Amino acid sequence: MSITATLFAQVAAFVILIWLVNRFLWGPLTKAMDERRRTVAEGLAAGEQGRKDLEESQARIRLMEEEARNQAANVIVQAEKRATGIVEEAKAAAREEAGRIKHAAQSEIEQQVLQARESLRREVGGIVIAGSERILRKEVDAAAHAAALRELESRL
Amino acid sequence: MSDGGEKMTSVEYIQHHLTNLCVGADCESQAIVKLNAWHLDTIFFSVVLGALIVLLAWRVGRRVTAGEPSGLVNVAEMLVEFVNKQIADVFPKPNPLIGPMSLTIFLWVLLMNAMDLVPVDLLPEAAKLVGVHYLKVVPTTDISTTLALALSVFALTIFYGLRVKGAAGYIKSFLFHPFGKFLVPFNIVMAVIEELAKPLSLSLRLFGNLFAGELVFLLIALIGGTLAVGLAALFWLPLQVGLDLAWLIFHLLVVTLQAFIFMVLTVVYLGMAHQEEH
Repeated sequence: MSITATLFAQVAAFVILIWLVNRFLWGPLTKAMDERRRTVAEGLAAGEQGRKDLEESQARIRLMEEEARNQAANVIVQAEKRATGIVEEAKAAAREEAGRIKHAAQSEIEQQVLQARESLRREVGGIVIAGSERILRKEVDAAAHAAALRELESRL
Repeated sequence: MSDGGEKMTSVEYIQHHLTNLCVGADCESQAIVKLNAWHLDTIFFSVVLGALIVLLAWRVGRRVTAGEPSGLVNVAEMLVEFVNKQIADVFPKPNPLIGPMSLTIFLWVLLMNAMDLVPVDLLPEAAKLVGVHYLKVVPTTDISTTLALALSVFALTIFYGLRVKGAAGYIKSFLFHPFGKFLVPFNIVMAVIEELAKPLSLSLRLFGNLFAGELVFLLIALIGGTLAVGLAALFWLPLQVGLDLAWLIFHLLVVTLQAFIFMVLTVVYLGMAHQEEH
């Protein structure tokens, strides 16, 4: 049981082995693991950013919705107002037209009543004269009494 | 029993299994430090296991993406995260070397320890067929391996200690700790012992655990080899299988735990080297 020159060989082997392990295993592995750690961190950050963006857009959407709803309500109110106005206008126009038509009809009726009355008076005057002629044929001189007859006629 | 021809005693069997395949002039010497002796089996298996790690690392590294990981890449990423967590717990500031080094230590030591789980006679007997008569398959049961790792870590603690604290600061850390400025000589002794204890405990802990584990596997293997003769085999062979299985399962824990401890202590020692003040 003694220390031999084997020791030097083992030291050399050890040094070379460390170098090789570093070259082929430790180096690539730690590099890849660091890279992966970075990728994961970046992914997490990106996810967080995406979540924030989504929240912001959702808030914006809610704002826009609110605005649109308000506008729509305004439009509806205005349209209703307008519709009421139109109906009122139409009613007024109709009422006016009806009044005019009624007025025209009334004046025509009055005209016709006047006409009828005039013609009736003439007819009755004629009939009275005819009757009076018959009764007074002999006694009455048509020419002499014409003035009286005409006065009668106007009284009818 | 491992021997085909001549009979071998139990002691010889165990000694044979605990002898490395050695080349060099100092192989037969009894010195503690043998500069001209190379344990070919230790080097061979540790390099093969290192190559296995590199092969797997290369295959995984090719399929690495920043996207969805799959299969073996998942396992590798889990390991990297696991190592990184240990480092993050201890290290005051980032260091580009500590990560790959800790991962290398964990994987390499784990695999070298795991050679302990291969049946003790399998590879030595196979080697005998191609003319290799000594083979110790677990590189971490060779003190040279564990000390190599521990000394590498130790050298780095000194290097980073000097770089972070500066030469003056590094020397100062030996002077005034732990007993204040009136006991400087005593402090130096204490601090040096403390520093030297780091690589020693690091290497001896791993070596001791794995060596003892291998020894117990050998002892269990001896049951079948020496006692299972004739009808007695009906009793001894099941006992051997049962004991082997139990020790194997327990040893799975040791194998993993020792690799983990070695890695964590490396991180801790290097982290201490990076601290400005105690």
